[in-house]
Amino acid sequence: MLIKKPQPIRPSEITAESVYRDRRRLLLGAGLALAGAGLSGDGLAAGFLSGLFGGDEKDKAKEAMPDGLGKYYGSPKNAHSTSEEPSEYEDVTSYNNFYELGIGKSDPAANAELLVTDPWSVRVEGECEKPGNYALEDFLKGITLEERIYRHRCVEAWSAVIPWIGFSLAEVLKRYQPTSKAKYVEFVTLYDPERLPMQRRQGILDWPYVEGLRIDEAMNPLATLAVGMYNDPLPNQNGAPLRLVLPWKYGFKSIKSIVAIRFLEKQPINTWNALQPNEYGFYANVNPAVDHPRWSQARERRLGEWSKRDTLPFNGYAEQVAGLYRGMDLAKFF
Amino acid sequence: MTRVQVITRIVKPALFLLCLLPLVLLLGSDLGANPIQTLERGTGDWALRMLFITLAVTPLQRLSGWNELVRLRRMLGLYAFFYALVHVGIYAILDQGLSLSAIVEDIAKRPYITVGFAVFVSLVPLAVTSTNAMMKRLGGRRWKRLHRIVYASAIGGVLHFLWLVKADLREPLIYLAVLLLLFALRLKPAHWQRLRINLGFQGAGATE
Repeated sequence: MLIKKPQPIRPSEITAESVYRDRRRLLLGAGLALAGAGLSGDGLAAGFLSGLFGGDEKDKAKEAMPDGLGKYYGSPKNAHSTSEEPSEYEDVTSYNNFYELGIGKSDPAANAELLVTDPWSVRVEGECEKPGNYALEDFLKGITLEERIYRHRCVEAWSAVIPWIGFSLAEVLKRYQPTSKAKYVEFVTLYDPERLPMQRRQGILDWPYVEGLRIDEAMNPLATLAVGMYNDPLPNQNGAPLRLVLPWKYGFKSIKSIVAIRFLEKQPINTWNALQPNEYGFYANVNPAVDHPRWSQARERRLGEWSKRDTLPFNGYAEQVAGLYRGMDLAKFF
Repeated sequence: MTRVQVITRIVKPALFLLCLLPLVLLLGSDLGANPIQTLERGTGDWALRMLFITLAVTPLQRLSGWNELVRLRRMLGLYAFFYALVHVGIYAILDQGLSLSAIVEDIAKRPYITVGFAVFVSLVPLAVTSTNAMMKRLGGRRWKRLHRIVYASAIGGVLHFLWLVKADLREPLIYLAVLLLLFALRLKPAHWQRLRINLGFQGAGATE
């Protein structure tokens, strides 16, 4: 795997990554402390108490936060990266939907060690010329990693900005030479009931987790396979060692911990669609005009922020992907 | 000390502080990456739990024969209202930024919020008529009939919870089970009288 070497920089010039990433919080903390002291005792008291009682998963994530130059530092920036500030690392690594590791938002971080990511292989199957079972190193051979800073929007109406380290899905799919019969691509997550207790239970989701794309969606330059974030390999709770990133779709489409990729003739049934077809569709494009049956999709809350913001069509990536859906009734094909 | 004195001088003040504890702990805890969501869920959970605890007083009274327990019921009920008020306050102020149009749209369009709002509204007359003066004004029979609303509030609360979870129905279904148990315990007082004697509790009015 090609890893671009960092450029020579004098150590004295480098801000410790932990401080760099912390700067917003340090400033916010200073501001809050002032506000708290000024406004009421609650601000100070809350801070004091939270110090007393401690925070569980967020602290764990903070401890795990890499400092110094990450493994993927210096990766070239992707053309579609947003200029928005990335979300706080602790937030993004302590607030996850990864039901295989637990249903609560902080469960995946707490149970992260249950996921064994080495050795890892990816099965490529279906309508293609070069199917096979590829060890992860072989699957990733010759890939140029990029930093792709994308917005991430969950169907639950929260969002984040994440600096992924990954590559174009199209680049890899082309290697396996999908035939003309390959109209769809299906992705499958790890099924390991021995190590993952949630997968031994019924009534949560149908394991293993499955997702899919139309072949033209998969070939869009925005569709990303990620191996890292914040310049380091993916934490387990974020879908290590390999996951999909589809920034214009709701987060459940961005399947984690991929073990299989299948080229199919027919549209696959993705897990959330199978569970609740009137609430979760196949396309799941971010669309403020089409509400979830039980809640509005017009606004979202960025992790770490207090006020909501307007949700953008296709999560703000309309320019890159709207063409894929020309002529489609997006209220019907949600 | 008589049982009444134990209840009013020791249990009630202690319970008052105990009921405040969930809120204190919640505010002091690590609220995580989505703090408003955490606060909403936490206060909502405790509003429902306080409601259930309030509903458990009468069956507990009947089972134990300790009629003095009723003296705790008003405080517990008002705590349920308190947590519901904080819950709605967090939703209206922090979550929706006091945007009336957003709130009205939510109430109109999202069934779980329609029910939630109705439950909150239903608790208001109960809180307002909780004082001794109000009880006198309404008279025992009318007050009792008005406060039967709490059964609908409890059902609505569970529905509100059921309708907002994404996939995992376990927690709301547990609440539903507890609610059904609480309702069952209110049926057939004669049965519970007999049960009480069999369990060996002292009859009503016994003093030490």
